[in-house]
Amino acid sequence: MKARQKRFLFIAVGLAAVGLAVALVLNALDKNVSLYFTPTQIFNNEAPQGRSFRIGGLVEEGSVKREADGLTVNFVITDRHKSIPVIYKGILPDLFKEGKGVVAQGKMEAGLMRADEVLAKHDENYMPPEAADALQKAEIANAASASAVVPASAPAVIK
Amino acid sequence: MAINWFKYSAPTTFYSLAGKLIPWFAVAAAALFAVGMYIGFYIAPVDYQQGEFYRIIFIHVPASILSMFLYLIMAGYAAMGLIFNTRLSAMMATAIAPTGALFAFISLWTGALWGKPMWGAWWVWDARLTSELILLFLYLGFIALHASIDDPRRADRASALLAIVGSVNVPIIYFSVKWWNTLHQGSTIKFSGTSMHVAMQQAMFIMLVACWLYAIAVILARVRSIILERERHTKWINELPEVKHVA
Amino acid sequence: MWLDIWMRENPITYVLLGSYAVAMAIFLVEIALVRHKRALTLQQVRLMQEAGEEE
Repeated sequence: MKARQKRFLFIAVGLAAVGLAVALVLNALDKNVSLYFTPTQIFNNEAPQGRSFRIGGLVEEGSVKREADGLTVNFVITDRHKSIPVIYKGILPDLFKEGKGVVAQGKMEAGLMRADEVLAKHDENYMPPEAADALQKAEIANAASASAVVPASAPAVIK
Repeated sequence: MAINWFKYSAPTTFYSLAGKLIPWFAVAAAALFAVGMYIGFYIAPVDYQQGEFYRIIFIHVPASILSMFLYLIMAGYAAMGLIFNTRLSAMMATAIAPTGALFAFISLWTGALWGKPMWGAWWVWDARLTSELILLFLYLGFIALHASIDDPRRADRASALLAIVGSVNVPIIYFSVKWWNTLHQGSTIKFSGTSMHVAMQQAMFIMLVACWLYAIAVILARVRSIILERERHTKWINELPEVKHVA
Repeated sequence: MWLDIWMRENPITYVLLGSYAVAMAIFLVEIALVRHKRALTLQQVRLMQEAGEEE
């Protein structure tokens, strides 16, 4: 084997070893690398007890209630399987909306999270308002036609 | 094919070739930046959720892409230098590092300015943001390590190892939003295509090309100085017109 | 905080000044540094050459 090939092999094996080591470490630290826990994980007692952590999910539709002081907000974070109620006093980010992504940090108290920070999580889709409207209408129409009894040839017709 | 690629990988030929190419890349970069900004701010529509703030994407995403690709190219050159003992490879790796670091910084900076109004925080320690910060530190580590060793050949070898080992971080940055729960959204440009509006896509693509051209121009300019410095004892350097005539 | 209010009232200015102007400034500084390094290296190489000729 030439010296050049030896060096190449050395680098390739070294890189593979480092990659494997990093993969194992990251795999072991999985819980710590993730920014938040889902409500389902919390119900499975995977979240830390007695200290502050983050919950992530969607703001359940119809769950946002403001208290009389105008600052305190109650809402529910859901992952479509389980939900966790949250209480938060402070200014909400602009993108905080029902049905949209949210990450709240705080401590659990008897099944309720007292949050001291609420962040909005947005998706990777960018489009003008008109396109978003059209998309929403198409979705509603699709849902309506899907729930109706559809003849076998229907998909081609709808398209 | 009769082209001798090794001819262009010799510092002698590369030096003059780079000198001729730099102005073209620089002018094209400036023109495309102007076009990209025009499309990005006048033609691309507002976003249905984020209004005007999403326009940060036209610099944020290209800067992030550049910071990751430049790292891989730098590590590739460093590895080539180690394996083939070629002079130019190590010089290229050294020339890429500062530009890569600046793009990593721009990515983090514009990301923070985007995060504040949209997420509600300048910074969170999620996997995407943290791994990009590590990328910046890898660049800085590479530059510092190379600068701290006096013998250039030894400096090349030591910093090459750091660059190669650090390249493990790049796929982690890319896949972080898939592997873990992060506040950062998923990738807008996927292997399967993109969901973006056409004018937004165009603005981002043009800005991306502009950033590439800028990076190539500035890296070539830097590597020319590095070639001059490292080969200053050779005959061909002393016969260069810019060295010879001014006295 | 005043900055939060200001950025929502002037989003375009915020985006242009905060992100694009900063990025352009960084590019300009990098270009200046690269040109400076070029001038400096050329000067050094010339000095070396002159010293060599005198020997």
